[in-house]
Amino acid sequence: MERIPILKMGDFLLVTIQVDLYDQLAENLESDLINTISKHSSKGVLIDISAVSIIDSFMGRILGNIAVMSKIMDAQTVVVGMQPAVAITLVELGLSLNGVISALNVERGMDLLRSKMHTSDNEEQDYDDDNE
Amino acid sequence: MQNNFLSGLKEHENSLLTIWSQLLIESGSDDGAVEEEESKEFASLFLSALASLNGKFQDSPEFEKVEDLIVGISSSRGKRGFSPRENAQYLTTFKQASSQILSKLIKDSEELYQANLQLNEILDNMTIMTFEAYMRGREDVISRQVDEISEISTPVITVWDGIVALPIIGTLDSSRTQIVMENLLQQIVDTGSSIAILDISGVPAVDSLVAQHLIKTVSATRLMGAECIISGIRPEIAQTVVHLGIDLTGIITKATLASALKTAFDMLQLTVVKRKLV
Amino acid sequence: MTTITNSKEEALIIREQDVVPLRNRVKEYGVKIGMSILNQTKLITATSELVRNLLKYGGGGKVIIESVSNGRDNGVRVTFIDNGPGIADITLAMKDGYSTGKSLGLGLPGTKRLVNEFDIKTELGNGTTVTITKWKNG
Repeated sequence: MERIPILKMGDFLLVTIQVDLYDQLAENLESDLINTISKHSSKGVLIDISAVSIIDSFMGRILGNIAVMSKIMDAQTVVVGMQPAVAITLVELGLSLNGVISALNVERGMDLLRSKMHTSDNEEQDYDDDNE
Repeated sequence: MQNNFLSGLKEHENSLLTIWSQLLIESGSDDGAVEEEESKEFASLFLSALASLNGKFQDSPEFEKVEDLIVGISSSRGKRGFSPRENAQYLTTFKQASSQILSKLIKDSEELYQANLQLNEILDNMTIMTFEAYMRGREDVISRQVDEISEISTPVITVWDGIVALPIIGTLDSSRTQIVMENLLQQIVDTGSSIAILDISGVPAVDSLVAQHLIKTVSATRLMGAECIISGIRPEIAQTVVHLGIDLTGIITKATLASALKTAFDMLQLTVVKRKLV
Repeated sequence: MTTITNSKEEALIIREQDVVPLRNRVKEYGVKIGMSILNQTKLITATSELVRNLLKYGGGGKVIIESVSNGRDNGVRVTFIDNGPGIADITLAMKDGYSTGKSLGLGLPGTKRLVNEFDIKTELGNGTTVTITKWKNG
């Protein structure tokens, strides 16, 4: 069965979707990704959708699911490279992908993931400070 | 043979032209020199086609040429701003002129009736074609203007490295919103900007529909991974928004473009400092 | 205004694997008439939504793709025909937020917003036919 490869880069997972999604493929990606997060205790997931020319309500829902599921497992998901036409179509369709964090490209997405980890570290620090 | 009645017109082309141009001037739909050339060509081609007519005019290749010509004339008249009445009068006056000549040429009343009947049929058919051509000419003008307006009305400006701004002038309807969104998002991709400022100082009123379009634009920008600030909120806009119960709380709004830019600087962790003179 | 069909083809959709080729065919029709990327994307997204309904609720069916023209503009028309159970309350189904399945429930009204013309005919027990048209400049 066709599967989308998931690459591990340190604390992060990198998924580049190079083919147009269909429902089964998207569902497989969801379960594969969640299992891989658990396996490597990953802290962040970066999904590059710059080559995806269509996202409908089902695939939108899968992206939302991935974001929420990974969040529960303490991993931050960032979706990068959404094409303008896809973004406008999603908005017209009535989907705003609440809970999904986006970035313009892979580089920005990586920065965002690192800064998120950084701030969450800092928050813990601040919390400790307050207690003293 | 029916067409014999009409073929005689060709010999009286000049007097027909005189009567026709007189009628055109009287009806007030003549605009001078250009007309005259066009009209001469049309009359000549039309009368030649009549003279050589054999059988049904719909099947005649000569009439096809005449029709092409009159379609061209009407569409150019449409583009030059003639009114529909003036456009229709072009052929109705030609018909009047032809009838006048015919009544002098043909003495037998039955023959005259038949000739006029045929002339009517041919020219009425052409009048319909000119109307269609006239409408097409006008529609071309409109669609070209629409294109121009939508192009000039959505200039996306790079105000700083990583910040783009788009001032919206005029009303935001759904087709305009599409163009605004498309241009803005494409520019965000092209410049790699992470902040977009949408300035609505030039938007006369914000009702719930316009607000919905603004919210859509902000949502689409966020989906791309950029932030969108709306600036240029005038006091009356703030009032109507609240009175209409529109929720803009999820959107960063600023009163002026300057304060939006300041917010954008803050978000990019940039500071503007005054240079100290040593 | 009358609409003329310039070319047309039919596709049988019975499995999920038929979806991607269908989307590509619809996209090709859009490309052929010079449709913008945005309108192409809206059209294939609408197609994707409707073909999912066709498979999920209609148990598969027939899809007709047409290249149409109305004199002023060219467009692509897609018709989805299934012989499924039909929709009981069409007014309700066209309301935002309604769904009988586990999707987000913006299928039909959301899809309608993506296209220029949207027509649905349904009869309980006799299936559903949905026709959408996207104009090049619409």
